[in-house]
Amino acid sequence: MNASVEPAAVTATPVRPAKRRKTLPKPVAFLARLCRERPLGAVGALICLLLLFTGIFADLIAPQGYNAINPIDRLKPPSAEYWFGTDQLGRDIFARVVHGARLSVIVAFAATTLSIVISALLGILSGYFGGRLDMFIQRLVDGWMCFPDLILLIVAVAVLGPGTWQIIVILGLLFGIAGSRIVRGAVLSAKQNVYVHAAQSMGASSTRILWHHILPNVMAPLIVLYTTRLAAVILAESGLSFLGLGIPPPSPSWGGMLSLDGRSYMFQAPWLAIIPGIALTVVVFGINMFGDALRDMLDPRMRGGSGRYMARVKRAIGV
Amino acid sequence: MGAYVLRRLLALIPTLVIASIIVFGVVRLVPGDVLDLMLSENAYSSNAPEDRAQLEKALGMDKPLYMQYLHWAGNAVRGDLGESLWRNTPVTEEIGARLGVTLELGVLALLIALIIALPVGIFSAIRQETLGDNLGRSFSILALAIPNFWLGTLVVILPALWWGWSPPTEMTPFFEDPIENLKTFLVPSLILGTSLSAVIMRMTRTMMLEVLRQDYIRTAWAKGLRERSVVLVHAVKNAMIPVITLVGILVPILFGGTVIIEQIFRLPGLGQLLLEAVSTRDYPIITGVFLVTGVVVMLVNLIVDLCYGYLDPKVRFDR
Amino acid sequence: MNMKAQDVTRRTLLDVQDLHTVFEKDGNEVHAVNQVSFDVKEGEILAIVGESGSGKSITAMSLLRLIPSPPGRIVGGRVLFNGEDLLDLDDEKIRRLRGRDIAMIFQEPMTSLNPSLRIGRQLAEPLRVHGSVPKEKVRERCLELLRQVRLGDPEKRLDAYPHELSGGMRQRVMIAMGLACLPKLLIADEPTTALDVTVQAQILELLRDLVRAHNSSMMLITHDLGVVARYADRINVMYAGRIVERGTAEEIFHHPKHPYTLGLMESMPRLDQAPGSRLTPIPGQPPDLSDPPPGCPFHPRCRFAEARCRSERPPLEQITDNHWKACWVDTDAKR
Repeated sequence: MNASVEPAAVTATPVRPAKRRKTLPKPVAFLARLCRERPLGAVGALICLLLLFTGIFADLIAPQGYNAINPIDRLKPPSAEYWFGTDQLGRDIFARVVHGARLSVIVAFAATTLSIVISALLGILSGYFGGRLDMFIQRLVDGWMCFPDLILLIVAVAVLGPGTWQIIVILGLLFGIAGSRIVRGAVLSAKQNVYVHAAQSMGASSTRILWHHILPNVMAPLIVLYTTRLAAVILAESGLSFLGLGIPPPSPSWGGMLSLDGRSYMFQAPWLAIIPGIALTVVVFGINMFGDALRDMLDPRMRGGSGRYMARVKRAIGV
Repeated sequence: MGAYVLRRLLALIPTLVIASIIVFGVVRLVPGDVLDLMLSENAYSSNAPEDRAQLEKALGMDKPLYMQYLHWAGNAVRGDLGESLWRNTPVTEEIGARLGVTLELGVLALLIALIIALPVGIFSAIRQETLGDNLGRSFSILALAIPNFWLGTLVVILPALWWGWSPPTEMTPFFEDPIENLKTFLVPSLILGTSLSAVIMRMTRTMMLEVLRQDYIRTAWAKGLRERSVVLVHAVKNAMIPVITLVGILVPILFGGTVIIEQIFRLPGLGQLLLEAVSTRDYPIITGVFLVTGVVVMLVNLIVDLCYGYLDPKVRFDR
Repeated sequence: MNMKAQDVTRRTLLDVQDLHTVFEKDGNEVHAVNQVSFDVKEGEILAIVGESGSGKSITAMSLLRLIPSPPGRIVGGRVLFNGEDLLDLDDEKIRRLRGRDIAMIFQEPMTSLNPSLRIGRQLAEPLRVHGSVPKEKVRERCLELLRQVRLGDPEKRLDAYPHELSGGMRQRVMIAMGLACLPKLLIADEPTTALDVTVQAQILELLRDLVRAHNSSMMLITHDLGVVARYADRINVMYAGRIVERGTAEEIFHHPKHPYTLGLMESMPRLDQAPGSRLTPIPGQPPDLSDPPPGCPFHPRCRFAEARCRSERPPLEQITDNHWKACWVDTDAKR
């Protein structure tokens, strides 16, 4: 601690320790470290920011909206006027991609947040309280996880019908239940810690223990889970839209833009097929890279794997 | 080993039951009534309560929910999944006709994925940080981000534009003409397999790296074994355990992939059946396909568990 | 206590000269083994003593080139065995040497055996690879080896998996594997540290008996002075990647010269201490090997330190026939 004491003034004002040396605020320091150690992850973060930006300012970037039908200019290739060309209804694909970004952002973040909340709830209930509740929930999750994601999604859409809110809820539920396992694992291992036992024996309430001891340990896997889910949700939503079961047209979902209805036009105008796919790939790539880098940096610094051999080497070199 | 197999089989049953309840429950959630739908679709449409009551009775829907479930489940166990609402063919027959296609696609894709991923993953690990390793990793990162429906679409469209070639779409059953059959499946399974291989490759590499740092590998080197022995005999067997788990987890994803690929390449599999049924609201078929996919996944998980028993001797003696 | 009169009469089996191994850590070079020289004579038990991080294990692993690379590499020195420099041999030659001429056993019996292979399979491996025994006789030889390491019910053990054996039993299997091809040198890296105290003595006795019986040498690496006292012929004391004192067991225990060795001796609990008296540990911490202090690496913790110690590093110099030390100070005079 670099506290130095200033000499007391004659008028006996209270002595104050000198201000602490200026350190970068934590998020900035974190980002700096990210750029230095995991440049690909920084690129990923940049892509995510770009996506967010495009999504939020979609109306400013492409004011004409995503459904400006213009039959005169149908199926025009990319040019200075139409950066990404036009589709079979003459709509500017660039505008559709931009608004599609907004759609992705809304659906992805909403569904992912919902899924994380569900995962956290289920995981904590199951992991912390254990016993019959745990067994019950785990059995349900077991049964649920027997089903392939897409099949569940398709059936759910068949039952609930297409539409933005339905999709968000369905995706949130699906990934939420699947992710609860991971949270449960983290809760179980956090529960093993001695300080939890200590708190319990001191009579701390469950809420207090959960909030102060369990939740901080679960935050890191939750954050990592968030990023992987984000990518998965985007892919799932686009897959559904591709099959015609997502948000109904004329929504500018990127997956929908690639759907089979437009297949015949794609032979004439390949940019219809190429561009939305590139958008999807770049976004998923970016999220994955960022998520990977995040996971690497949040893990305790375990370079080089585990095993006593490496532990001894590390001790030998003073790590 | 025999006792282990039996235990695993028995453990399957509760999961099966819960899965079937999920299937039954989800489909029953349809807002609005199947009955109304059927009545309105049929020629003699009348909203007369007697007709409705008659239809209800005929479909067994007048009984309480749990009885309906038991009735349905009882039939299902005996292989009777009801009849298609519109086509009056038994669901089992419809499914049976398509199951082979989906399975073939899935198995081929998995084989391709393993053939690509395992050697590359192992090689990446033992030659860490070399060119080969970095190439492999770049490939898998890319393959993970590319949506498989996009890849499939591109493969259909671009070659047609560039070279005038299209993948064959008429499917010949396997037993009639294996060569023709495999030709039809080649491109679709390659696409499905490639995205799958990315995941397996990363996992293989990670697990191999971790295993290679273990103490017993160091013992193997100290004994003077050749690299080939160290890698293949000592490392691979232990690294495969989590990889096998991964394969088990991937099978549901594989199923999702088959739905999409079947659509793109017009293969008459379960995926197509499901999608048709969704658009025609053919609930018995939807329910049937849903259930069957769950059962298949469970069987695969069983096989995975049994592989564990072989690979990891400790498991055989435990619970 | 083992006393050997003149070990000049024994042949040198292994001659290590200026061994230097570094590790990369965060862009820094950590000198884990820094200009270490020593030799091992035929038929002797040489101990290398030091605390965690002193470099003793890395030294041992460097001899057989078992250093994981990345992040480590051997940057200098010669290791002469049978007239050849082991650090210069090609991969195939060193592979053939490992397990056959020089064998090594490790600290962690729990994790040093492959959990998914049976004991018999792992025990037979060195025999098969080095062709010491014809195929038909392999199983027989394995049983014989298990009996030599005093493992009861050898037939059953051969077919067992590692997790079915206790720590002590697994270490016996490791010893059997190490001695299978009758190596001239056995390197034992903390062979008993991970075992129960009651088992430790048995394992050490076993090691000594077997090594003597085969007229092999053993390099015993440990931090436990008690072990060293009973079983070693000669001792090398290592600190911060260097050897700071060397001598016969008799010399080191009865006439320790280097301040670090003195500190180690004084920090051992003794039976003749007054009850209630405190242990005297060595104050301070071992140095950061990526940025070692100038001069003698021990000077920050040394109560005898003089000005010269802080700026000039003392070389390892001979005091008597059987005693070397790396220190500027005459600790006898100062005590």
